[in-house]
Amino acid sequence: MADQVLDAKGLNCPLPILKAKKALKSMEGGKTLEILSTDPGSVADFAAFCRTTGNELVEQNEEGGVWTYLIRKSG
Amino acid sequence: MSSTDMKPGVDPNTMSIIVTKGSLDWAYPPFILSTTAAAMGLDVTMFFTFYGLPLLMKDLSLQVTSLGNPAMKMPMMGMHMGMPNIVSAIPGVDAAASKMMKNLIKKKGVASIPELRDLAVEADVRMIACQMTLDLFEYSKDDMIEGIEIGGAATYIEVATQSHINLFI
Repeated sequence: MADQVLDAKGLNCPLPILKAKKALKSMEGGKTLEILSTDPGSVADFAAFCRTTGNELVEQNEEGGVWTYLIRKSG
Repeated sequence: MSSTDMKPGVDPNTMSIIVTKGSLDWAYPPFILSTTAAAMGLDVTMFFTFYGLPLLMKDLSLQVTSLGNPAMKMPMMGMHMGMPNIVSAIPGVDAAASKMMKNLIKKKGVASIPELRDLAVEADVRMIACQMTLDLFEYSKDDMIEGIEIGGAATYIEVATQSHINLFI
Protein backbone atom coordinates (compact mmCIF):
# COMPACT_ATOMS: atom_id res chain seq x y z
CA MET A 1 0.00 0.00 0.00
CA ALA A 2 1.48 3.32 -1.06
CA ASP A 3 1.74 6.22 1.37
CA GLN A 4 0.07 8.51 -1.16
CA VAL A 5 -1.89 8.05 -4.38
CA LEU A 6 -1.98 10.39 -7.37
CA ASP A 7 -4.70 9.92 -9.94
CA ALA A 8 -3.34 11.38 -13.19
CA LYS A 9 -5.74 9.52 -15.46
CA GLY A 10 -6.83 11.50 -18.52
CA LEU A 11 -3.85 13.85 -18.29
CA ASN A 12 -1.34 14.12 -21.09
CA CYS A 13 2.40 14.85 -21.19
CA PRO A 14 3.93 16.46 -19.17
CA LEU A 15 1.19 16.78 -16.54
CA PRO A 16 1.56 13.32 -14.93
CA ILE A 17 5.27 14.02 -14.33
CA LEU A 18 4.65 17.56 -13.07
CA LYS A 19 1.92 16.42 -10.69
CA ALA A 20 4.06 13.51 -9.48
CA LYS A 21 6.94 15.89 -8.78
CA LYS A 22 4.61 18.17 -6.83
CA ALA A 23 3.30 15.25 -4.76
CA LEU A 24 6.85 13.95 -4.07
CA LYS A 25 7.95 17.42 -2.98
CA SER A 26 5.57 17.37 -0.02
CA MET A 27 6.59 13.83 1.02
CA GLU A 28 9.42 12.65 3.26
CA GLY A 29 12.30 10.53 1.88
CA GLY A 30 11.55 6.81 1.84
CA LYS A 31 7.78 7.31 1.46
CA THR A 32 6.03 5.85 -1.56
CA LEU A 33 3.77 7.42 -4.16
CA GLU A 34 1.43 5.48 -6.42
CA ILE A 35 0.55 7.17 -9.72
CA LEU A 36 -2.26 6.16 -12.07
CA SER A 37 -1.91 7.29 -15.69
CA THR A 38 -3.63 6.63 -19.00
CA ASP A 39 -0.82 8.26 -20.99
CA PRO A 40 1.12 5.58 -22.94
CA GLY A 41 4.12 7.94 -23.02
CA SER A 42 4.28 7.84 -19.24
CA VAL A 43 6.06 4.44 -19.37
CA ALA A 44 9.24 5.89 -20.84
CA ASP A 45 8.82 9.19 -19.02
CA PHE A 46 8.51 7.87 -15.45
CA ALA A 47 11.54 5.63 -16.05
CA ALA A 48 13.55 8.64 -17.27
CA PHE A 49 12.22 10.82 -14.46
CA CYS A 50 13.31 8.30 -11.84
CA ARG A 51 16.76 7.73 -13.41
CA THR A 52 17.42 11.46 -13.46
CA THR A 53 16.03 12.41 -10.06
CA GLY A 54 17.26 9.39 -8.09
CA ASN A 55 13.78 8.42 -6.92
CA GLU A 56 13.20 4.68 -7.11
CA LEU A 57 10.71 3.15 -9.53
CA VAL A 58 9.72 0.22 -7.33
CA GLU A 59 7.20 -1.33 -9.68
CA GLN A 60 4.89 -0.67 -12.61
CA ASN A 61 1.83 -2.43 -13.98
CA GLU A 62 -0.66 -1.96 -16.77
CA GLU A 63 -4.25 -3.06 -16.73
CA GLY A 64 -6.94 -2.03 -19.18
CA GLY A 65 -5.01 0.99 -20.46
CA VAL A 66 -4.20 2.31 -16.98
CA TRP A 67 -0.56 2.31 -15.92
CA THR A 68 0.29 2.19 -12.24
CA TYR A 69 3.69 3.30 -10.97
CA LEU A 70 5.05 2.96 -7.47
CA ILE A 71 7.82 5.44 -6.74
CA ARG A 72 9.85 5.64 -3.53
CA LYS A 73 11.16 9.09 -2.79
CA SER A 74 14.96 9.27 -2.49
CA GLY A 75 16.76 10.31 0.69
CA MET B 1 26.96 14.04 -24.92
CA SER B 2 28.99 11.82 -22.62
CA SER B 3 29.97 12.87 -19.13
CA THR B 4 33.60 13.26 -20.23
CA ASP B 5 32.92 16.18 -22.55
CA MET B 6 30.80 18.24 -20.21
CA LYS B 7 31.69 21.90 -20.06
CA PRO B 8 34.17 22.31 -17.23
CA GLY B 9 32.72 24.03 -14.18
CA VAL B 10 29.17 23.93 -15.52
CA ASP B 11 26.50 22.19 -13.46
CA PRO B 12 25.05 19.44 -15.71
CA ASN B 13 21.60 20.13 -14.26
CA THR B 14 21.16 23.48 -15.94
CA MET B 15 19.22 24.45 -19.03
CA SER B 16 18.36 27.59 -20.94
CA ILE B 17 15.79 28.08 -23.67
CA ILE B 18 15.52 30.99 -26.09
CA VAL B 19 11.81 31.42 -26.82
CA THR B 20 11.22 33.10 -30.18
CA LYS B 21 7.72 32.04 -31.21
CA GLY B 22 4.43 32.97 -29.60
CA SER B 23 1.66 31.16 -31.44
CA LEU B 24 -0.53 28.68 -29.57
CA ASP B 25 1.25 25.64 -31.02
CA TRP B 26 4.80 26.96 -30.69
CA ALA B 27 4.21 28.04 -27.10
CA TYR B 28 4.12 24.39 -26.06
CA PRO B 29 7.67 23.10 -26.59
CA PRO B 30 9.41 25.73 -24.40
CA PHE B 31 6.89 25.52 -21.55
CA ILE B 32 6.67 21.71 -21.62
CA LEU B 33 10.46 21.37 -21.56
CA SER B 34 11.05 24.05 -18.93
CA THR B 35 8.45 22.68 -16.50
CA THR B 36 9.59 19.09 -17.00
CA ALA B 37 13.27 19.97 -16.63
CA ALA B 38 12.47 21.86 -13.43
CA ALA B 39 10.51 18.83 -12.17
CA MET B 40 13.59 16.70 -12.87
CA GLY B 41 15.75 18.96 -10.73
CA LEU B 42 17.29 21.26 -13.34
CA ASP B 43 17.77 24.99 -12.95
CA VAL B 44 16.01 26.49 -15.95
CA THR B 45 16.17 29.93 -17.54
CA MET B 46 13.89 31.07 -20.36
CA PHE B 47 14.78 34.08 -22.51
CA PHE B 48 11.76 35.55 -24.33
CA THR B 49 12.55 37.48 -27.47
CA PHE B 50 10.74 38.70 -30.58
CA TYR B 51 7.44 36.84 -31.06
CA GLY B 52 8.12 34.78 -27.96
CA LEU B 53 7.87 37.88 -25.76
CA PRO B 54 4.04 38.10 -25.72
CA LEU B 55 4.01 34.71 -23.93
CA LEU B 56 4.90 36.69 -20.81
CA MET B 57 1.87 38.98 -21.04
CA LYS B 58 -0.69 38.88 -18.23
CA ASP B 59 -3.49 38.36 -20.72
CA LEU B 60 -2.74 35.63 -23.19
CA SER B 61 -4.80 35.41 -26.36
CA LEU B 62 -2.90 32.79 -28.28
CA GLN B 63 -3.79 31.82 -31.80
CA VAL B 64 -2.62 29.26 -34.29
CA THR B 65 -2.55 29.67 -38.06
CA SER B 66 -2.57 27.06 -40.80
CA LEU B 67 -1.28 29.68 -43.26
CA GLY B 68 1.98 28.42 -44.74
CA ASN B 69 1.84 25.38 -42.47
CA PRO B 70 1.13 22.31 -44.60
CA ALA B 71 2.02 20.00 -41.69
CA MET B 72 -0.93 21.26 -39.64
CA LYS B 73 -3.59 18.67 -40.19
CA MET B 74 -6.42 18.38 -37.69
CA PRO B 75 -8.21 15.10 -36.93
CA MET B 76 -11.66 15.52 -38.41
CA MET B 77 -14.34 13.04 -39.42
CA GLY B 78 -11.96 10.10 -39.10
CA MET B 79 -9.24 11.64 -41.21
CA HIS B 80 -6.63 14.38 -41.05
CA MET B 81 -7.47 17.60 -42.81
CA GLY B 82 -5.16 20.39 -43.79
CA MET B 83 -6.21 23.74 -45.14
CA PRO B 84 -5.23 25.38 -48.44
CA ASN B 85 -3.49 28.73 -47.91
CA ILE B 86 -6.22 30.56 -49.78
CA VAL B 87 -8.74 29.38 -47.17
CA SER B 88 -6.38 30.08 -44.26
CA ALA B 89 -6.10 33.68 -45.43
CA ILE B 90 -9.82 34.35 -45.04
CA PRO B 91 -10.59 36.55 -42.00
CA GLY B 92 -11.95 34.48 -39.11
CA VAL B 93 -10.32 31.23 -40.19
CA ASP B 94 -7.41 31.62 -37.74
CA ALA B 95 -9.87 32.27 -34.92
CA ALA B 96 -11.86 29.17 -35.84
CA ALA B 97 -8.73 27.03 -36.15
CA SER B 98 -7.51 28.34 -32.78
CA LYS B 99 -10.82 27.48 -31.15
CA MET B 100 -10.70 24.02 -32.67
CA MET B 101 -7.15 23.51 -31.41
CA LYS B 102 -8.07 24.67 -27.89
CA ASN B 103 -11.02 22.25 -27.81
CA LEU B 104 -8.74 19.44 -28.91
CA ILE B 105 -6.18 20.35 -26.25
CA LYS B 106 -8.85 20.25 -23.57
CA LYS B 107 -10.36 17.01 -24.81
CA LYS B 108 -7.00 15.23 -24.85
CA GLY B 109 -6.00 16.26 -21.34
CA VAL B 110 -3.17 18.46 -22.58
CA ALA B 111 -2.34 21.36 -20.27
CA SER B 112 -3.24 24.88 -21.37
CA ILE B 113 -0.41 27.38 -21.87
CA PRO B 114 -1.53 29.57 -18.90
CA GLU B 115 -1.51 26.41 -16.75
CA LEU B 116 2.00 25.41 -17.89
CA ARG B 117 3.25 28.96 -17.41
CA ASP B 118 1.87 29.03 -13.86
CA LEU B 119 3.64 25.72 -13.19
CA ALA B 120 6.88 27.15 -14.59
CA VAL B 121 6.61 30.19 -12.30
CA GLU B 122 5.82 27.92 -9.34
CA ALA B 123 8.88 25.79 -10.16
CA ASP B 124 11.12 28.89 -10.00
CA VAL B 125 11.95 28.86 -13.69
CA ARG B 126 13.86 32.09 -14.30
CA MET B 127 12.19 34.17 -17.01
CA ILE B 128 13.95 37.00 -18.80
CA ALA B 129 12.16 39.38 -21.16
CA CYS B 130 14.23 40.88 -23.96
CA GLN B 131 14.55 44.64 -23.44
CA MET B 132 15.07 45.36 -27.13
CA THR B 133 11.87 43.50 -28.06
CA LEU B 134 9.93 45.41 -25.39
CA ASP B 135 11.12 48.66 -26.97
CA LEU B 136 10.66 47.52 -30.56
CA PHE B 137 7.07 46.38 -30.19
CA GLU B 138 6.18 49.00 -27.54
CA TYR B 139 5.38 46.70 -24.67
CA SER B 140 5.78 47.70 -21.05
CA LYS B 141 6.95 45.54 -18.17
CA ASP B 142 3.56 46.33 -16.57
CA ASP B 143 1.89 44.27 -19.33
CA MET B 144 3.91 41.24 -18.23
CA ILE B 145 3.43 38.77 -15.38
CA GLU B 146 5.11 39.38 -12.01
CA GLY B 147 8.54 38.05 -11.18
CA ILE B 148 10.19 38.30 -14.58
CA GLU B 149 13.53 39.96 -15.24
CA ILE B 150 14.54 42.24 -18.08
CA GLY B 151 17.75 41.69 -19.99
CA GLY B 152 19.51 41.69 -23.31
CA ALA B 153 21.79 39.52 -25.39
CA ALA B 154 24.69 39.74 -22.93
CA THR B 155 22.39 38.67 -20.10
CA TYR B 156 21.38 35.61 -22.08
CA ILE B 157 24.94 34.77 -23.15
CA GLU B 158 26.04 34.86 -19.52
CA VAL B 159 23.22 32.40 -18.70
CA ALA B 160 24.24 30.21 -21.66
CA THR B 161 27.86 30.00 -20.52
CA GLN B 162 26.58 28.70 -17.18
CA SER B 163 24.05 26.24 -18.66
CA HIS B 164 24.82 22.71 -19.76
CA ILE B 165 21.86 22.53 -22.16
CA ASN B 166 21.00 25.51 -24.36
CA LEU B 167 17.97 25.35 -26.65
CA PHE B 168 16.57 27.71 -29.26
CA ILE B 169 12.88 27.34 -30.01
